[in-house]
Amino acid sequence: MQLFINGERRTFEGDAAMPLLWYLRDELGLTGTKFGCGIGACGACTVHLEGTAVRSCSTPMQVLDGKHIITIEGLDANGNHPVQVAWRAANVPQCGYCQSGQIMQAVALLESTPHPTDDEIDTAMQGNICRCGTYVRIRSAIHAAAQGAAS
Amino acid sequence: MSESLPRRDFVKAAALGSLVIAITGTGCRRLSEEARGPSAPVGPPFEPVVYVRLDPSGTVTIVCPRSEMGQGIRTTLAMIVADEMEADWKDVTIVQAPGDEKKYGSQNTDGSTSIRDFLPKYREAGATVRALLEAAAAKEWNVPVAEVEAQNGRVVHSSSRRSLPFGKLVATASTLPIPAAASLKLKHPSQFRYIGKEVPSLDLHDMTTGKATFGQDLRRDGMKIAVVARPLVYGGKVATLDSSDAEKVPGVERIVRLPEASPPSGFQTLGGVAVVATNTWAAMQGRRKLKITWTDGPNGSYDSEQYRTQLEQTVRKPGKVVRSQGDTRRALASAPTRVSADYYLPHLAHAPMEPPAALAVFENGRCETWSCTQNPGGVRETIATALGIKVEDVTANVTLLGGGFGRKSKPDYVVEAALLAKEMGAPVKVVWTREDDIQHDFYHTVAAEHLEGGIDANGRVTSWLQRSALPSIGALFAPNVLYQAEWEVGQGMTDFPYAVPNYQAEMGPAPAHARIGWYRSVVNIPHAFAIGSFIDELAHAAGKDPREFLLELLGPDRIVNMSEAGLTGKPWNYGDSFESHPLDTGRLRRVVELSTSEAGWGQPLPAGRGRGLAVHRSFLSYVAMVIEVEVKPDGSLLIPRVDVAADGGFIANPDRVKAQFEGATIMGLSNALYGEITFREGRPVQSNFNAYQVTRMHVAPRDIRVHLVPSEAKPGGIGEPGVPPVAPALSNAIFAATGRRIRSLPVGDQLAKPEDRAPVKTVG
Repeated sequence: MQLFINGERRTFEGDAAMPLLWYLRDELGLTGTKFGCGIGACGACTVHLEGTAVRSCSTPMQVLDGKHIITIEGLDANGNHPVQVAWRAANVPQCGYCQSGQIMQAVALLESTPHPTDDEIDTAMQGNICRCGTYVRIRSAIHAAAQGAAS
Repeated sequence: MSESLPRRDFVKAAALGSLVIAITGTGCRRLSEEARGPSAPVGPPFEPVVYVRLDPSGTVTIVCPRSEMGQGIRTTLAMIVADEMEADWKDVTIVQAPGDEKKYGSQNTDGSTSIRDFLPKYREAGATVRALLEAAAAKEWNVPVAEVEAQNGRVVHSSSRRSLPFGKLVATASTLPIPAAASLKLKHPSQFRYIGKEVPSLDLHDMTTGKATFGQDLRRDGMKIAVVARPLVYGGKVATLDSSDAEKVPGVERIVRLPEASPPSGFQTLGGVAVVATNTWAAMQGRRKLKITWTDGPNGSYDSEQYRTQLEQTVRKPGKVVRSQGDTRRALASAPTRVSADYYLPHLAHAPMEPPAALAVFENGRCETWSCTQNPGGVRETIATALGIKVEDVTANVTLLGGGFGRKSKPDYVVEAALLAKEMGAPVKVVWTREDDIQHDFYHTVAAEHLEGGIDANGRVTSWLQRSALPSIGALFAPNVLYQAEWEVGQGMTDFPYAVPNYQAEMGPAPAHARIGWYRSVVNIPHAFAIGSFIDELAHAAGKDPREFLLELLGPDRIVNMSEAGLTGKPWNYGDSFESHPLDTGRLRRVVELSTSEAGWGQPLPAGRGRGLAVHRSFLSYVAMVIEVEVKPDGSLLIPRVDVAADGGFIANPDRVKAQFEGATIMGLSNALYGEITFREGRPVQSNFNAYQVTRMHVAPRDIRVHLVPSEAKPGGIGEPGVPPVAPALSNAIFAATGRRIRSLPVGDQLAKPEDRAPVKTVG
């Protein structure tokens, strides 16, 4: 099967039941996508599948034939997507481990809802756990990114 | 892999013309002096703990000996050195030290100690380099040193309008004598360039682009991946193993038996059956196909519901007295109003977002490891014991940590990698899954606390009894440990600061049936929950506003004299003396006043809302918290706002300090709202975030306001002291909102159910 990772065409011939997460991390060395729970309950492994945020730990390779996937590494060539910039301005990360997933989820939210309310942010982001507790800064960074994109 | 710069590279750098300063317990020295070795007649033993290097290019490299797990220590240590040396921030880089406690002192990033331990030495290091550079410039220009000044990466002679960048002064500075520590001029706080200012974290770009490398991300050519099936019961052993199906999984290379632990097992591995494969998915699939039967051993009957009953019965009987003043029994008996309450807090799992992981290589009798460890010294010692090699033959490199919270102070997972690397003759990375992490943790203890208080006719507390029973962390290291250690009762119980004339603290026996370990804030969590809740219960029993009542209970501002406090053992002050870090009730009062005034304490709230207050000193810092809660008719909660007031002494990096209190609030809410690991037949029941719930975005407070008390006092801890006040402040807020008293954590669905007992038990 073939698929596109960050715009690059790839061929995969391994175990079709293997989750995308392990293909990204073990085979491609794209370790920015993190392993947090393996059951789609924490969001650390969030990537974009055809523009939608999905949990790569629970997405088997067999459903990805011909699909386009974007990981944190492919979000912006220089790491300067408006959400990444807003994240840095608010000094959001503590340990940093969940932040790839948080950023990917936030980007997907802003693409569907350019000016989310607090409630909309809470709904969209509640699948992404941050054990360090950066939630309040994540909310403010999402609002800042929304305003930045508008201006 | 996070950059590591071993000592030999620094020696080489010095030889290549860089200026390298090693800050020792006895002052600064140039690195070439170290080469003479400890036997050289150079005075006191040479024990450098910090290295700073300035290259001719101008790059400043600072070695960070403590682990980065979200507290920002890499950035903060760099800020301190760079500020005192007047370095330009853009020239500053940091490298992570491997484990070498002879050189760096304790590297265990635990107990909220890093800035406490390092602030003076790092300031001295920076000031030493600045003095050397100023002396070098004065020599170059042949002017008095008093006329030159280091300014943001250059030394300036303003009267002649000359200046030189630091890098150009390295050669001359390297020839000058190191100034005596007593001659150094540390900056006045008004001169600080970075300290006390908002500085972006050094790892910020990597953390927002997926480039930051954690233990789970380690890769090496020829690396095997291993997952381990461990006994779910502490002390359990493999009875039978059939690995034939596992061996058939494509990618699985070998099944390796690891020897099981017998309690008390300390930091050693639990043992079990390892599946070693070419990739992570194959290893996980192979483990699923193992057929193992287990012999559980004595802990196979551990049932947390029954154990709760046992602990609650224990604290209703007199225990061992650990502190006593006045005549508490008589005073309680004669008090016109007596209140008593029992509190319960279950086991918790750390659940850092990054499950433990480690990579090891074993070659020629030496072991090298890379891991997300809080404790590289512990890694070396534990591996040396497990492999029967010398500590000097173990290298422990440190990656970034995806959270730690105390879990990663225990190096069992690194030892697994070492054992398997030796067995396989290849690099092996051990990956823990979330299930492994939650079911094989070093759990936060489980606690019952019994309190009794006597109130006189004026509503003043005249007597107080606290009885605490919880399994001790000591049980991890020694058999038959039934009681808390002095440092455990000293975490928030025997350092009771309130002005109560008749006070007694007791502890009851509590055997451990699981691995018990340090969890962020440790035993302060149960002690502070019980005390902070009970003060609120007493306030209501006395018919007083909880804030006014709390301030009255604190009494006049004073230093509590712990040597005359009636302790039966030694006082505990987080490894420091009470002389250097007194227990100051004035600082408690000020944080209470600050948090309540900022929170608008006393201003009316809509129906269904309430504010709760709690204050607690731990890790030498003082934290008060007001939580505002809204309880909906279905029993669910919203937290519109939290006001945290903290006095942690001198603050180097205020943004990261605020972030720690924001995070501690969230973690404290996880503990209070959801946190519970239960055991049935010796096995932890929860295994992943579906059943072990933590705070998520929609439950996180809409607003957390952190108010720092400006202070020149010696720094206290920051990472941990924010957690203990959360649960009591939340519980008190729930009582204010609903009249329901939460005495058993977690809150869970208690508010959705009818109340099963009276809100306050008042007798007499």
